[in-house]
Amino acid sequence: MNLKELVTGVSGDKQFLLGNEAAVRGVIEAGVSIAATYPGTPSSEIGNVLSVLAKDANIYFEFSTNEKVAMEVAATAAASGLRSFTFMKHVGMNVAADSFMTTAYSGVNGGMVILSADDPSLFSSQNEQDTRNYARLANVPILEPSNCQEVKDMVKYAFDLSEQFNIPVIVRTTTRVSHMRGVVEFGDVKDNSSNNNDHWKRGHFKKDPSKYVPVPAFAGDMHVRLWDKIHKIEDLTNKSEYNRKIEVSSDKKYGLIASSSAYNYAYDVVKFNDLDVDILKLGFSYPFPQDKVAEFLEDLDEVFIVEEVDPIIEKDTLATIGAKKLNVTVHGKMDGTFPLYHEFNSDVVAEGLNKILNFAEDKSIKFSSSLEKLQEDIPSRAPVLCAGCPHRAMYYGINKAIEELGLKTSDVIFASDIGCYTLGINPPYNCADYLLSMGSSVGDGCGFSVSTDQKVASFIGDSTFFHSGISPLINAVHNKHNFVLTVLDNRITAMTGGQPNPGIPIDGMGDEAPEVSIRKIAVACGCDYVRVINPFNLDQVVKTYVEAFQRDDAAVIVSKAPCTLIKGLTKKPPVNFVEGNCNNCDKCVSELACPAISKINGKITIDKSQCDGCNVCIQVCKYGALEAGR
Amino acid sequence: MDNYYSIYICGVGGQGIIKTSTIIGEAAMNQGLDVVMSEIHGMSQRGGSVSTELKIGGYNSSIIPNQGANMLLAFEPIETIRGLDKVNSQTKIVYNTHPIIPSSTDKPYPSVDSITNVLKENFNYVLPINGTALAIEAGSVLALNMVLLGAVTADDNFPLSKDSVIEAMKNNLKPKFHEMNLKAIESGYNSIKG
Repeated sequence: MNLKELVTGVSGDKQFLLGNEAAVRGVIEAGVSIAATYPGTPSSEIGNVLSVLAKDANIYFEFSTNEKVAMEVAATAAASGLRSFTFMKHVGMNVAADSFMTTAYSGVNGGMVILSADDPSLFSSQNEQDTRNYARLANVPILEPSNCQEVKDMVKYAFDLSEQFNIPVIVRTTTRVSHMRGVVEFGDVKDNSSNNNDHWKRGHFKKDPSKYVPVPAFAGDMHVRLWDKIHKIEDLTNKSEYNRKIEVSSDKKYGLIASSSAYNYAYDVVKFNDLDVDILKLGFSYPFPQDKVAEFLEDLDEVFIVEEVDPIIEKDTLATIGAKKLNVTVHGKMDGTFPLYHEFNSDVVAEGLNKILNFAEDKSIKFSSSLEKLQEDIPSRAPVLCAGCPHRAMYYGINKAIEELGLKTSDVIFASDIGCYTLGINPPYNCADYLLSMGSSVGDGCGFSVSTDQKVASFIGDSTFFHSGISPLINAVHNKHNFVLTVLDNRITAMTGGQPNPGIPIDGMGDEAPEVSIRKIAVACGCDYVRVINPFNLDQVVKTYVEAFQRDDAAVIVSKAPCTLIKGLTKKPPVNFVEGNCNNCDKCVSELACPAISKINGKITIDKSQCDGCNVCIQVCKYGALEAGR
Repeated sequence: MDNYYSIYICGVGGQGIIKTSTIIGEAAMNQGLDVVMSEIHGMSQRGGSVSTELKIGGYNSSIIPNQGANMLLAFEPIETIRGLDKVNSQTKIVYNTHPIIPSSTDKPYPSVDSITNVLKENFNYVLPINGTALAIEAGSVLALNMVLLGAVTADDNFPLSKDSVIEAMKNNLKPKFHEMNLKAIESGYNSIKG
C-alpha cells in the first residue's frame, strides 16, 4: 500500500493496515489540526507516518522534545478550539503526567485525544505499567481498541466524545494492537482545510482564567466540574456499542469480561473450544459501565475477567458486585486464575479458563531426545549494535581508557539511558549498571558521585539529552557533582526508527529547522570541560576519556558520528583480512565484537555484506591483519 | 475449517520478513478473506530473531496458539528450531538452509544437515530449500523473501492463489524489481511443487 492512500482513501475503501497506521487514518477522518509526539515503541510508526503525510492531511505535526511538551502543544491547541492529538508509549505518560493531570481539570474546546501504547511483556520497554491507571488517576475517559478497525474507529469517536464533554480522552493500545495488521474499512473524512496561508487550520484562544488557570481559587471548582462530566459520561459507557455482549451460553452459568488484545484471545478460545460462556467486551472501560456490567452479571454464577496488565476491570467488577449485592464468583488475576504480569495469548487464557471449566486436552507433542538437545544447543541471537555503529567504537575506547588509568571496568559505575546504546550492557563492553528512565543517566551520575567514592560514567543519546538530560546537567554543575557524561550524538533518534531531533537541521515535517548545539548547551550549563570527539578515531577517544576521568567536576564528552542506518551516507569499502599478519590474538572478536567479524573454523572472517568500512577494527588490530578496503 | 490457515514466519532482522507477511495478508484481503497479522518492531530488529504471525480465516487474535500453525516458514535454519512451539504433526515446515551465524556466539552453530535430520525424525512435512541460492539465481540475495513466498503458495492447503499473491507483491514492491521477484516466486514455488 502507498501511505498516501491514508489521506486520499474514501469511505468504504479497505486496506490491510498496521494498528498504528489505522490510528493515523482515524486522526485524518477526525479532521485533526495539530499532532505532537515524542517517539516511543510501540507507538513510533504513528509519528513516522504522520511526518510523511502531515502536509497532505492539513495537519501540523511535530516531534516535540519530550512527551510533556507534546501534551502541552496538544492541550493548548485544544484550548484554542482545534482538534489535537498526542501519542506516546506508556512510560511517556509519566513524563507528560504533570501537565496531563491538569488538562483533565481545565478541559478542552476542540477535541483532544491521547493515544498511549502499553507494552505487556516489555518487547521494547523498561516496565509493564498499565495506562488504564492514568485514566482513573486523572479521571478521564478511556477507550481500549482490540483490533485495527477499532483503533481507527475509536480514535475518531474519541474526538467527538472529547468535544461533547470538553474533556481529553485516552485511547489505550497494547503492542499487539499497535503492531497488529488487519483489514480496515475507511469512513468519511471531516474537513479540516485551512483558510490561511498555513497548511493547517489555526484556532483562537478565548481567555477565561477561571477555566484555564488552576490557582487554588479556581482549581477546586474545576475538580467539581470534572466529576460532573465523568458522571454524565458513565451514562454513555453504560449504553455504548463499544461495550457489547456476545451471548453464546445456554445455561447462563459462566461469563467472561475482557478488553483490548486480551479480548481477542478470550474470544478465540471460547469460539474454537465451543465453550458455554457469554462474553462482555469492554471497549469503553472508564468511567466503568457499572449498570451494564451488573446486568451482564445478574444471571451468572461465575465470571472470568481477562485483561492485560493490572487487575483493573477485575477490581471494578468486584466493586460492582459489592454495590449491587450480587452473588457472582470472580476469576481473574487476583485469585490466580490468570497471571499478574506479561502479555496473554490464547494458550495463557485457555490455561486459566481450563482451571475452572476443564475442557482442554493436552495436544503437546513429545520431541525426540536429539531434538530436545538441539533446542538447548542452538546459539542465541540477541539484538546487537550494528556493524559500523559509532557507539561500539566509543564503548571500546572508554574501556581502553579505563585500562590505561590502571582501573578495571568493574571499578566504574556506568549509568546508562534509553536508546540503542543501552546495548552497551552486553559483553565485552559491560557499560550499563543502572537505568531508570529517559534522561536518568545524568541525575543518576549526580547521585552516584555524591554517595560513593567510585568513578562514575553516564551515557545518554542526543535525542534523550534534549528530552530530559539538560536540567539534571545544570544540577550536576550547580551541586558540584563529579562524573563523566557522554552524549552519544548519532544525529538521529535511532532506536525508534530514525526520527529527527533538535540536534539536526530538519523538523518532523521534513522542513529546514535550526540545529541546536549540544556542545553549546553543555557550556551554557556551566560545564568547564566539554569535548566533541569522533568515536571512529580511537586514539582521540582514549586520550579524551583519560583526561576526563581525572577531573573532579561534571565533564561532558560529545561522541559525535552518524548512525550507520541513516540513508544516503557515503560508506567506505569493507575491510580486508590479511591472513599472514594475523597472530590469533582475537581482540577484534573478543574486545570489539563487531557482527561483521567472526572466527569461523579458526580463521577471522569479514562478512562483507555487513561491514561498512568504519575501520575501527583496523585500529584495534596491532598486527596489520586488517586493512582498509579499496 | 476451510480457509483457516495460520503461518508462523521467522528469521533474522533485515531478511524482509514483515514485507513478505504483509504481501500475504494483503492478498488474503483482496480475496475477501479475514486476516490478522502480528509483527514486532523496535529493539529486536537490531540483528536479533524476528517473527511474524499471520492468521487467515475468522480469527480475532493475531497470535498463533502453540501447535497451531499450518505452516512454519523459517528464513534461517536455527530460527526454525526456535519456532517449533507453533508446530504440530501436520504442520508444513519450510526453511531456508543458508545459515546466518550470530555474532559473539555463546554456542557453536550446529550443522544444517543435522538440523534437517533431526527435524525429519520428528515431523511429517519437513521441506528444506536453499532459498538463498535460488534468490541469487533469480538476481539478488535480497529476493530470498520472494523465493520463500513462492514456496508458501505451493502448499496444497494454502488458501490463496499464486496469482493473487503475485498481484499483492506488485502492489508492495518497486516495479523495477518485479521481474526478478516473479522469477524468485516461481523458483520457490517449483522447489516445493517439483
